[in-house]
Amino acid sequence: MSAGTGTKLGWGFVAPALLWTLAFFIVPFLVMGAMSFATLEGRSLVWGFYLDNYIELATRAYLWRAILVSLEITLTVTVVSVVLAYPLAAIIAFRVPPQWQRLALLLAILPFWTSYVVRSYAWLLVLAREGLINQTLINIGLIAEPITLANTRFATVTGFVHFFVMLLTLTIYANLVQLSPNYRRAATDLGANAFQTFRHVILPLTLPGIATGAFLTFVLCIGDYVTPQVLGGNNELTMPQVIMVQLGRRADFPLASALAIVMMAIVMLAYLASARWLRLDRV
Amino acid sequence: MRMAAWFYLVLAFGFIYLPVGTLVLYSFQDGTLPVPPFNGPSLQWYTEVLADDDVTDALFNSLIVAIGSSAVAVLLGFLAAYGLARHVLPGSAFMRGLLIAPLTVSYLIVGLGLLIVLNRTGVGLSLVTAGIGHVVINLPLAFAIIYASMGAQHENAERAARDLGASETKVVLLVTAPMLAPAIAAAFFLSVTLSWDEFIIAFLLTRFDITLPVEIWSMLRSGLSPRLNAIGSVVFLISVTAVLVLEFTMLRRRQS
Amino acid sequence: MTASVRLDKLNHWFGTLHALRDISLEIGAGEYVTLLGPSGCGKTTLLSVLGGFIDPDQGTVFIGDADMTSVAPAKRPTTTMFQDYALFPHMSLRDNVAFGLRMAGVAKAERHRKADEKLDLVGLKADGRKRPHELSGGQRQRVALARALAVEPEVLLLDEPLGALDLKLRRAMQDELKDIQRQVGTTFVHVTHDQEEAMAISDRIVVMNAGRIEDAGPPLRIYREPASLFAADFMGEMNHIPAQVGPQGAQTALTNLPAADLPPGAATVCIRPEAVRQDGKGIALGDATVRDATFFGTYTRAHVTPVTAPDMVLVAHLPPTSLPEAGTVLNLSVLPEDIRIFTKETA
Repeated sequence: MSAGTGTKLGWGFVAPALLWTLAFFIVPFLVMGAMSFATLEGRSLVWGFYLDNYIELATRAYLWRAILVSLEITLTVTVVSVVLAYPLAAIIAFRVPPQWQRLALLLAILPFWTSYVVRSYAWLLVLAREGLINQTLINIGLIAEPITLANTRFATVTGFVHFFVMLLTLTIYANLVQLSPNYRRAATDLGANAFQTFRHVILPLTLPGIATGAFLTFVLCIGDYVTPQVLGGNNELTMPQVIMVQLGRRADFPLASALAIVMMAIVMLAYLASARWLRLDRV
Repeated sequence: MRMAAWFYLVLAFGFIYLPVGTLVLYSFQDGTLPVPPFNGPSLQWYTEVLADDDVTDALFNSLIVAIGSSAVAVLLGFLAAYGLARHVLPGSAFMRGLLIAPLTVSYLIVGLGLLIVLNRTGVGLSLVTAGIGHVVINLPLAFAIIYASMGAQHENAERAARDLGASETKVVLLVTAPMLAPAIAAAFFLSVTLSWDEFIIAFLLTRFDITLPVEIWSMLRSGLSPRLNAIGSVVFLISVTAVLVLEFTMLRRRQS
Repeated sequence: MTASVRLDKLNHWFGTLHALRDISLEIGAGEYVTLLGPSGCGKTTLLSVLGGFIDPDQGTVFIGDADMTSVAPAKRPTTTMFQDYALFPHMSLRDNVAFGLRMAGVAKAERHRKADEKLDLVGLKADGRKRPHELSGGQRQRVALARALAVEPEVLLLDEPLGALDLKLRRAMQDELKDIQRQVGTTFVHVTHDQEEAMAISDRIVVMNAGRIEDAGPPLRIYREPASLFAADFMGEMNHIPAQVGPQGAQTALTNLPAADLPPGAATVCIRPEAVRQDGKGIALGDATVRDATFFGTYTRAHVTPVTAPDMVLVAHLPPTSLPEAGTVLNLSVLPEDIRIFTKETA
């Protein structure tokens, strides 16, 4: 077979997927980018290069607060999830006997497969005023009146952390078990105690994996609409919630597009930040 | 130290299973509120839910979208992986990047972009448009999984087949695809699971016929209800079954 | 820093596998001892017991005069050099070597000085700032050695330290290891499956098989007078000649050999290829026909069939000056001290 027909044949194989991605991802994405510079006059759309939407994002408190709220929630969730998931992954990797590890891991991430919407609803069952926690606390006499748990930022963060602890346990566990056990042996052999072994050897060696997991958490968390909508209530809105409000009630596609572009820019910045981390600790 | 570790493990599992445990327990509630005290067990909500045409329709729609979009995603992903792994094409690194790109963007943005284009072009929203969106998000995964498993050892078998006179189509159908069956199956299963559970794209891109997550969403507006617990438990059971099947088929493959 | 080691009746099981069987061994202070055997023979398990990574099910480990059986690795006067070296990839060579001193709370300037000293000992003085991934395999092996020696252990444990290196580098490194051991005087216990490496490097070789010690002694003695058939075979190529021990000595198809102290019964006569002679000295083995012969540089290796035993094939190393053609008949003999006979019990 000559190189020419080989190349043509190759294009034939790649073309369908490429065209699909172009037509249904790249083109819509570019249109959305253009839309973010369009503007609404009354109810009719005017294409052009207007910065109105971005100016509005920067000046209207309702909008830029959403950006801040999203960032605060996402950063909190990322940090808390990593801090909670690391010990769990380490216990499964180092304390659970090898023949049970796969099962322990499977069990630790099984609720991960609860339906996306249902998972937030299930937390509502636990956190609601008449929900499991309040009822239990009242029954054992710790509190007299239900405390507000649902419809708060705490509830949003809890719902997110629950999901990402499972995800991060999986990625950190994978990272830990691929380390040669001799690193730990060598460290203890040279006199390091358990904490020193973790601090000087295991943690630095797993940082790239943590950075990857944290980035994934960041991306999925900042773009999620369901969890804050179900658990967070309406006291404060996140970027995805505001985007949905613009789409629904006002049909303000230009403003929604501008918010989406800002959200992407934040994800890009997060990527650059974690990529630099990765390279710094690459060996 | 050792005790602390086990204590943490128990605590973590408690946290992880708290919501799903509550969900399943109160799906058997004998009463209209899925909160303590627990009365039951009763199967009334399961019978009610399974008799509800809206729910069963949505479930059926979800299955169609999941299987259809996954089949398309895996087919396109497989062809692209074969083309890029076996043919020297200019700009192949760029094309790989392009095919993977949708993975880095949140579903909301994928859905928003498609919604804008569909609105502009006047194409009506339906299960098909939701399926198109699901192909966009699952194609990168299917491509990546299948591309990663296209090792050089398979290439030699393809060369041998060509050497023995097989046409390119026959090579792909009779040699490459069967050899990659495990990767293709894994990509398909993952794709089905993700599409089956996907909410935001389906929410934005469907109108009259809706998928199960969207149906659940609309039921959520009326607050806590054991009906939702029952639906949630059924969906959880289906997902877990799929995951366990995948786990054990993969396990068996690794052992053999 | 150096200390003696005494192992007393060690037994260990992995599930149903009896990995160590009644291991008793004494190692002198400053001695270089090799644990030699095929994979799965228990040599690495024994090293792990010495290093404190495995708590033996039975038996005692003394280092110096202290019972160390259940002492944690960190508290033992031993350090281990791991097969994959386990150099910390995120640290410079100097930080790697200084790691043990840092854990012991030695001040920065002091531990860096000592680390540089050890890097100098292994010939990597100028490379302290490099990271492990910038080094070749042989250099990594040296850094691992320097790191293990930096905490001045009394006993250094080496787990297949040269296993990852190519043959030529392995031969060069084994000389260097021996040299460094002489300089520091520390007791070295070295695990390998390469009998040439063991012979080149050790004061004493411990041959292990299926969890037992088959033989222990200086390389020359083990090679020439192995205590068991297994040790005889593992140390190098060996001709096996079936024999029957009786009143006339060991009867074989070739000749009768003196076997004064041996019990009667089936036995195996062992003769190394290089012990087969053509000059007629010693005990005559009769005529043998050359089947083929290959020139090997320092000797000519021939397969020969004794005229009296047409089914037998022996290997003989002949002087490199001759390359006999197939069919040539040679008159073979062997010196009495080059013959080992193993009966069923000793095998």
